[in-house]
Amino acid sequence: MNLAAAQVSIEPVAMMAPERAVWLAAGRDLRLGLRSRAELIQALVFLIIVVSLFPLAVGPESALLKRIASGVVWVAALLSVLLTLPRIFAADYADGTLEQLVMSPYPLPLIAAGKMLAHWLMSGLPLTLIAPLLGLQFGLEANELVVLVASLMLGTPILSMIGAIGAALTLGVRGGSILMALLVLPLYVPVLIFGSGAVEQSMVSIDYSANLSLLGAGLLLGALVVPFAVASALRISLD
Amino acid sequence: MNLYKFSSPVTFYPLAGKMWPWFAALAGIFTVAGLYLGLFVAPVDYQQGEVYRILYIHVPASVIGMFIYLVMAVYGVLALTLNTRLSAMMMEALAPTGALLTVLALWTGSLWGRPTWGTYWVWDARITSTLLLVFLYVGYLALTHAIEDKRRADKAGALLVIVSSINVPIIYFSVKWWNTLHQGSSVSLAGNAIASPAMRWGLLLMTLACWMYAIAMTLVRVRAVIRERESDAAWMADAGGSKS
Repeated sequence: MNLAAAQVSIEPVAMMAPERAVWLAAGRDLRLGLRSRAELIQALVFLIIVVSLFPLAVGPESALLKRIASGVVWVAALLSVLLTLPRIFAADYADGTLEQLVMSPYPLPLIAAGKMLAHWLMSGLPLTLIAPLLGLQFGLEANELVVLVASLMLGTPILSMIGAIGAALTLGVRGGSILMALLVLPLYVPVLIFGSGAVEQSMVSIDYSANLSLLGAGLLLGALVVPFAVASALRISLD
Repeated sequence: MNLYKFSSPVTFYPLAGKMWPWFAALAGIFTVAGLYLGLFVAPVDYQQGEVYRILYIHVPASVIGMFIYLVMAVYGVLALTLNTRLSAMMMEALAPTGALLTVLALWTGSLWGRPTWGTYWVWDARITSTLLLVFLYVGYLALTHAIEDKRRADKAGALLVIVSSINVPIIYFSVKWWNTLHQGSSVSLAGNAIASPAMRWGLLLMTLACWMYAIAMTLVRVRAVIRERESDAAWMADAGGSKS
């Protein structure tokens, strides 16, 4: 009788469906992120500044600028996402929340997926929405701008995912941010090539759908595999 | 024979000590034979002249440099799934040799490129993906050296190499498509078909030499790694390898 009562009392308190962990983690990170809006805007301003440096460096010749537009926007997007990667885990790691998340009864891969989703909503998505403006500055046509947005929309979530692996592996490591760039940037290469390639192909009126399809395939594959990689990276770092 | 017997540093340390001289000797024999065939027996290339002979270093270095990364990925899987310390030590021992050979491949390639293509560097698909492989090696070395806790460094390095090795074919093909997108590659190796058997044997022997060299170096280095990490262990004192 007593034993039964004790067993009842240690039942977890109204365990939710595990999938909800994704939305809970994402919602929490979004709420925290939106409370410090300055950081979000800074990343966008960084993007705009980096893109604006190129005409100053290579000259204002419009044919040349149009030629390099997709590459410039994409490289600037990589760097901007790279700078925001510490946001995914660093603050939670510093105050111990991350350890609680790892020990929570919800599957860690789902929590990681939620955090990556929130990161994309606060870095990749705003960047994608502002990209047409940057493309216009470089003289891209309307249909090329559409392809640019589509490529960023498919590509930047992959950047958040690969970046999350790097961010999780370098938690609390000395010189972590430059190290993270070393780890993550080579892995970003295919995304850069396919994304920027799609825009270039649209500029010379070649069918660009293959590049977008590859980005989409990468996105699906990443969504399937990366949460597990991030979860095990977090376990390694918090061990 | 129980293979697992040698998955412990205690048993592998003396085994590696016995094995490495044999691999080093094989590397020496293959190098002498391969260089003899390559430099003296093989005919001069009718297009490139003598300069093509750098191929006997360039190709083995790039092949083994790539192969070592795959071997590291296999050890990475073992390290994470079976939790064997020796696997991570092998990764640590393999990485510098792999990085060295990959850099050597780029270096000899650019020395070869200057007289034949008229330039030290081309953004050719193979060259670019080899460069990215160097970055992957550097990333592994940087990560494992930055983490002070050895256990964490081992596992983080293993995970990184596994993730990156899944990316290696994607990187290779993306770079290949990227290159063909821009302009047809004017610098294909297919042009200089390796016709003479002496060339083929020379290349094969040099590749074997490079492989044996990599094994010998890795065994020597893994002994150093074991010594460094296990210097306090009792068995190390018995093996006569204590630091004091």
